[in-house]
Parts: sequence; C-alpha cells; structure tokens
Amino acid sequence: MSLWLTLAVNSIALGGLLFLLSSGFSLIFGLMRIPNLMHGSFFMLGAYFGVTLLWQGVNFWVAALASAAAMAVIGGLIERFLLRRLAGEPLPQVLLTLGFAFIVGDLCLMLWTGDPWQPATPDHLRGVVQVAGLYFPIYRLVIVAVAVVIAVALWLLVDWTRLGAMIRAGVDDAPIARVVGIKVSQLFTLVFALGAALAAFGGVMGAPYLSVYPGLDFEMLPLALIVVILGGTGSLLGALVGSFLIGFLYNFGQAMFPDLAYVILFLPMLLILVLRPQGLFGKVVS
Amino acid sequence: MTALTPRRAAIAIALLLLATLPGWVGNSYYINIASQILLWAVLALALNVLVGYGGLVSLGHAGLFAMSGYSAALLLDAGHNHFTANLAALAVTLATSAIFAVLALRAIGIGFLMITLAIGQILWGIAYRWASLTNGDNGINVATRPAPFGLPLASAGAFYYAVLVVFLIAVLAMIVFVRSPFGASLRGTRDQPRRMTALGFNVWLIRFLAILFSGFWAGVAGLLFMYYNQFVSPQVVALTTSAEALLMVISGGSGTLLGPIVGAAIVVIMKNVVSAYVERWNLVLGVIFILIISFMPEGLVPGSVRLARAGWQRLRWGRTASADGPATAALRGGLAPSREAERVP
Repeated sequence: MSLWLTLAVNSIALGGLLFLLSSGFSLIFGLMRIPNLMHGSFFMLGAYFGVTLLWQGVNFWVAALASAAAMAVIGGLIERFLLRRLAGEPLPQVLLTLGFAFIVGDLCLMLWTGDPWQPATPDHLRGVVQVAGLYFPIYRLVIVAVAVVIAVALWLLVDWTRLGAMIRAGVDDAPIARVVGIKVSQLFTLVFALGAALAAFGGVMGAPYLSVYPGLDFEMLPLALIVVILGGTGSLLGALVGSFLIGFLYNFGQAMFPDLAYVILFLPMLLILVLRPQGLFGKVVS
Repeated sequence: MTALTPRRAAIAIALLLLATLPGWVGNSYYINIASQILLWAVLALALNVLVGYGGLVSLGHAGLFAMSGYSAALLLDAGHNHFTANLAALAVTLATSAIFAVLALRAIGIGFLMITLAIGQILWGIAYRWASLTNGDNGINVATRPAPFGLPLASAGAFYYAVLVVFLIAVLAMIVFVRSPFGASLRGTRDQPRRMTALGFNVWLIRFLAILFSGFWAGVAGLLFMYYNQFVSPQVVALTTSAEALLMVISGGSGTLLGPIVGAAIVVIMKNVVSAYVERWNLVLGVIFILIISFMPEGLVPGSVRLARAGWQRLRWGRTASADGPATAALRGGLAPSREAERVP
C-alpha cells in the first residue's frame, strides 16, 4: 500500500517538474511555432547553473531565480539575434537550435565533467509532513505547489492580461498585430526568454531529485515533446494534464516494467497520434 | 557509341579512382575511412529521399539504421547464418519503417520532424534500457563478417569492395528513383500537395512509399555499419547519429544526388580529423550546423556554385551580383510549400 502511495507522490512531483519544462516548450513550440530543440539544454544548463550556485552556499530559491534569470537572458539573445533572422523557416531553426544543443551539451561536459551532480535538498524543505496517518516528503509537495502556482500564473497571463492578448494577437496574425501597434518581435523575444527561464527554474528544482548529468538535455527534450503532443500544441491545460500523466506513467512503469519504462512513456503519444492527432486539448487547425 | 562529355568523363574518373582506391591508398586506416564514407553516404542518400525530394525532414533515421544492425546482430548471436540474419533484419526494418511512416505522417512539416525525433528516442530507449534483450550499454558483438560467394570480407580491402558494390547499387537505385514517375510525384507532393491531390494522386501513399524506400536503404547502411564495426551499441541510435546524417544531406546539398555523398565525405573526414586532435566532436558538429545555416543555407555543393558564380559575375561586371539566387530558396523554403496543408500533432 505505502509503495503505491510513494509512487503516486513521486509521480505528481515528476509531473510538476515536467510541467515547468514543457510549459515553456508549449509557449515556444505550440504558440510561436519555433521548433526549439535546445529546450532540454535550457533545463540542463539551468540545473548546472543552480547547482554551482548552491555549491557556493547560495540560498536555494535565490539560486533557482538567478539561474532562471541567466537563462532568460541567454534565451532572449539567441531569439533576438539568431532565431529571428530565420522567422518562418522551420528547417533552419531546427538546425540552429540542434547545433546549439550539441554545443551546450559538450560545453557542460567540459565544465562540469561527466559525473552526476546532486545537491542536497535545502534544509528548510527537508523532512516529511504527516496527513491522515500518511507521510509526505515536503520537497516533493513543494515542487507540485510551485508547478501549480506557475500554471495559474501563466494561464492568467496568457488568457486574462493585456500582454497575453497581445501575444495571442501576435501569434494569430503577426502583420495585422503590427499594424495596430503591437511590437510582435519584442513580445516573441519575451515569450522565448520566459520559456527558457521556466525550463532553467525547473532544472534547479529538479536537481536535488533527478540530479544533473550529461545527456539530461536529450532525455528531457523528448519528454517535453511527448507532453506537448499529448496535451495539444499551445494548450497550457494540455501541458499540465500531459505532464502529470507522463509523471504517473514513468514512475509506475519503472516500478512494474523497469526495462521498458522509457518506452512505455511514448505509448500514450502514439495512441494520441493515431486517434486524436491534435492532442487532448488541442484545437483542430483548419 | 556515346559522346564523351565532361560530366561522363568525371563520372568515369571517379569510378576508376573508387575501384582502385585500396591500391593507391595503401594504409588500411585510410581504406577503412573510405568504407565509412561510402556506407554513411548510403544512409545520407536514403535520408535525402525524404529531406530533398519529399520535403519530409526526419530526425529519427538513426532508429531505422540501428534497427537493422541490431536485428541482424541479435539473429547472428542466436546462431543464424548471415544470409538469413540480413534478410530478416531488412524485413524488420521495412516493417518498422511502415509503422514509423503511419505515425509520422499524421503531421507534415515541423510536426513530422518532431514525431520522427520522438520515435527515434523510443528506439534509443529500447536499445539502451531494455538490457535483457539488447545488452544495454554494452552492446552486442558480432563475431564474423560474411563471405558472399566464398569471398571473405575480413580484411579492410575486401570489406571496402563489398561496401563499394552496395554503394554503387544504392546510387543506381537513387538515379532510377529520381528519374521515375514515382520520384516526380514525390517532388510534386513536396511542392504542391494540394494540386497533387486535386490531380488524383494519393499524396499520403506516395509519402508512405517514399519512407519505406528510404527506410530500406537506411537499413542496408545499418547492416554495413554493423559489419564494419562488428559491434552495435545504443550509440548508433543516439540523436547525434540522426543529426549527423541530416548534416551530411544538408551540408552537401539536399535534393541532389551528389550532395549527400559529398556531405558524407565531409562529415566522416572531419569527424576523424577532429577526433584525432580534440575530444569535442559534438561541439564542432554544433558549430558547423550554425555556420552552414548562417552562410550556406542551401548546402556546400550548390552554395559553392552560387558563391563562385557571384564572384565570377562580380569580376566580369565589376558590380555586386545578387547573392539571393533561386538556389537560396531551396533550403529556406524546404518546408514552406507544405505549410498550407500543415497539420499540427
């Protein structure tokens, strides 16, 4: 009984992490249509930044926010000076982001060596809480709480603010949005930077749990991809549901079919592709 | 008798050089590099069918490439002979390609690419994590190379000739394919999918068959690679392999026959040279991607031609020639024509 409960808690925590990763991917790939193959690299590089700061004795939340800010700047620069020149040309965008992903992966290997880094869970987040006779590790719950807060914040931002309306207008019809005075290019840089920051933040949050190691980038990228395909491109609700679905599938798969856990992750994606290619919450593009 | 054109002369010289290569190269290290170039060229040609002629960019071809290598290695390990193992491996690869095609063709353009990437990662996951079947990270050793028609392929030279024969067959198959009505209809689905549908072509079926054709040759290349190393490991299935194959196609020039071959030569030679001096091949690979995108988006072969022409014109007319010739559109617009029909997963 307690095994299943532990698995469930771990699944929800992993789902929270996946949401931090894939919400940014959903904005960049789903909304802006940029096939960002370096999203896993944002996650890994952010995690390495965070781990390094934690090593210097920086407070956990400060480290996570600083890493997110650094990645926002890096992501923003890449969008502004490289990806923008390739607007509307998916193949060159793929090659560019893939090229950067390889460079980042190799540089990380060079700087942080091939050994995994696993920072200790911060002091104030250690321990367990007892609810109705059951024990829950605090850190896992915090991850979920952060993911939910960010999900609500993103939903409010995209659906209910002026800025969100401008972003949606820019995505739907960039030329017309420009005509009515929306600075679409600046908005896109902003969204890209936000996506990169979310991935980095997720990387730092995940570090005490997943650890950081070479190859983490290309392990996380397909997960973000599956979540977005499952949930439907551009749908934040879809990304949230998809993340938790994959979180559960991964943990229970690992417990029951350890050899095939990674493959099982892709099964719902395949089913969705066959039965409902627009994803669970995706709109049919006519 | 046919007339001797410069083109035919060049082909004849190239064939002569290839046929006599072990003689004038001598060192078996360089003969092995030549074998590598030729077998990677087969994979690049296979991928070029989709990227260059179908407008379908796949980042999952390492999966098909490795599928045949792994299947054959497992069957050989189980005690089957080379002929059965190879035949069965190609059949398995074709079946996998069919599933690959059905899933990936749920989308076009960037969605297609993302699905192929995911499928490639599934196959990587099987090779790497399903240790009881694939022996995980340790890979599978292959004890012997086959001896077709009683000719053992153990030496570097003999293996080179085997690869050369397969390579030439692959090139012939590609020439026939490009010139056939099927090749023309595939180009039609790349440029004008709606018009092709209106003309009564089954666009989905044409793309499906193209993926099977491409998957078959990727499988053949996978067998050669397995026999070349006498070893398969999850490294073969890694995204890096798919990316390298794509780099070969694009650096040489997609949608041409010579481009992927030149691209394979460039990438293999560079990989060997770079690996001799630094450990940072992935870094170099990434930098090359970015440089190509920035300066020669249409590939090295057409790109060099364009730059040479522009330079020549500048010399002749003494003014700046337009750098944005029609060739530039080749890569930039590679996925664009399908945008009208793009469906997002």
